[in-house]
Amino acid sequence: MFRGERLVFRDVGFAVPAGGALLLRGPNGAGKSSLLRAVAGLTPLAAGRLLWNGENALDDLPTHAKRIAWLGHLDAVKLALSVGEHVADAAALAAVGLESFRDLPAKLLSAGQKRRLALARVIASKAPLWLLDEPTNGLDTRSIAMLGAVFARHMQGGGMIIASTHTPLELPEAGILNL
Amino acid sequence: MRRLLARELRLAWRHASDTAAALLFFVIAATLFPFALGPDARTLSAIAPGVVWVCALLAALLPLDRLFGADFEDGSLDLLLLSGLSAGGVAAMKTLAHWLTTGLPLLLIAAPLAVMLRMPAEAVPMLLLTLLPGTMLLSLLGTMAGAITLGARRSAVLMPLITLPLMIPVLIFGCAAVTSPHPEAPLLMLAAMLVLALPLAPLAGGAALRAAAE
Repeated sequence: MFRGERLVFRDVGFAVPAGGALLLRGPNGAGKSSLLRAVAGLTPLAAGRLLWNGENALDDLPTHAKRIAWLGHLDAVKLALSVGEHVADAAALAAVGLESFRDLPAKLLSAGQKRRLALARVIASKAPLWLLDEPTNGLDTRSIAMLGAVFARHMQGGGMIIASTHTPLELPEAGILNL
Repeated sequence: MRRLLARELRLAWRHASDTAAALLFFVIAATLFPFALGPDARTLSAIAPGVVWVCALLAALLPLDRLFGADFEDGSLDLLLLSGLSAGGVAAMKTLAHWLTTGLPLLLIAAPLAVMLRMPAEAVPMLLLTLLPGTMLLSLLGTMAGAITLGARRSAVLMPLITLPLMIPVLIFGCAAVTSPHPEAPLLMLAAMLVLALPLAPLAGGAALRAAAE
């Protein structure tokens, strides 16, 4: 896979079973975010395939997009909208501890709260595959613990997680891919 | 798609000053002409269609560089591309949002401006009839140019440089329809250009969005 002219990585293979998780590890610039973008179908692969239940996933991008919940390194939070306008699902907001901020404009949220709002959007999407780029960025230890419970519930329901991270994430039994 | 459009319109409403800026620019720019040329009714009525058209084009350009720019900077563009719509669908939705928040208000305010410029009242409906496809074409081509220049340095300068030359044929036929005694042919040309741009501009814009997100 290339970013511009630069080869980011080659010969990478992995599989994530239903209810499974994969942690991407590696130094800065190793290509963790690039791999996540490739799995999402945002950046094309120079060579190779991405299979979903044995079928080529990247052939039909709009359909592939519906299977994915995306959390990039940016939060994609619109400062002019309120918390409830970003995520209407009360259960998803409660899962990240933002249920009492529903009517608050997003511009009043702290960096960690914005990250949690972005995570609430992932939870509310009900998509089977979560792609999380440094999900714990800016979160305090209590929020990280809360995240562990959210991940466990998602995986118990057969959901999958691929996450890149530097900090230890509460993902027991997760496969680890070193880039 | 409807949810994305509703979100765009809500954001435009919250940033009402940005939306109103294009309208105010239109009004002020058109108002400058009587001050520069004097209040002579003959001079003004002769240039009125051209002035309204050119000022509307320039005013509609103002919100274009934030159309994708804001989403690009805060990461929302990735979410738009992963919303389940095709990239062309995202571009089409943005085009519609731009027309509803900029093109349509410009169209509504063009009539009083034309009267202020001493345009004969019977010519005003024809002016509005040409501005209807005119503003739509500008939204289509402008959204495409906005997507193409996304992520480029100085995109705010580059974007009008791409859009305005493409609008020249539209401008020619639009103004011709207002001033000509036989407006059918230029009107049909405008309609033909709209039919051509309607599928092509969102497709090109969508491809540019995908390239910008890579």
